[in-house]
Amino acid sequence: MTGKTLTRMDLSEAVFREVGLSRNESAQLVESVLGHMSDALARGETVKISSFGTFSVRDKAARVGRNPKTGEEVPILPRRVMTFRPSHLMKERVAAGNRR
Amino acid sequence: MIRSELIQKIADENPHLYQRDVERIVNTIFEEIIEAMARGDRVELRGFGAFSVKQRDARIGRNPRTGESVEVEEKHVPFFKTGKLLRDRLNSK
Repeated sequence: MTGKTLTRMDLSEAVFREVGLSRNESAQLVESVLGHMSDALARGETVKISSFGTFSVRDKAARVGRNPKTGEEVPILPRRVMTFRPSHLMKERVAAGNRR
Repeated sequence: MIRSELIQKIADENPHLYQRDVERIVNTIFEEIIEAMARGDRVELRGFGAFSVKQRDARIGRNPRTGESVEVEEKHVPFFKTGKLLRDRLNSK
């Protein structure tokens, strides 16, 4: 485990190396991919990327929460949350890569 | 939305690119994320979310059918945490 953190910059660098585009255009393309995925999710759509995983949006009901510090009850409003379910391939590759 | 629809949207916005290059671009992005996690790295995409790897400790499991104890080895699983901006967008009508 190298424990590094990759960012958009590393993804656009990978795109830059893979296809003969400028660094600037590669960065813009990474941004559009994330943008389209975010837009679809914000509309409540499921985003299913085969052999990667599925992002889905779920509705959560209202409930009474508690401030763990003060013990005070606070209402939690109904809200939408996003979940990611990794594909089998991703799970296998992540498990295999981190096995010692 | 599925992978091919995502590719189509990017292709429509970039008529100067060959379709097959758009496919390579989109595939490279997802491939890079998987490769990073396979090395144990994190991928942090501000506003969208962060992919990381979590360790599940070894444990004694049970075969639910027979009730038999089985040793489950330590393993690593992918994890995603939604970014603040996207979380807020999901809830703004």
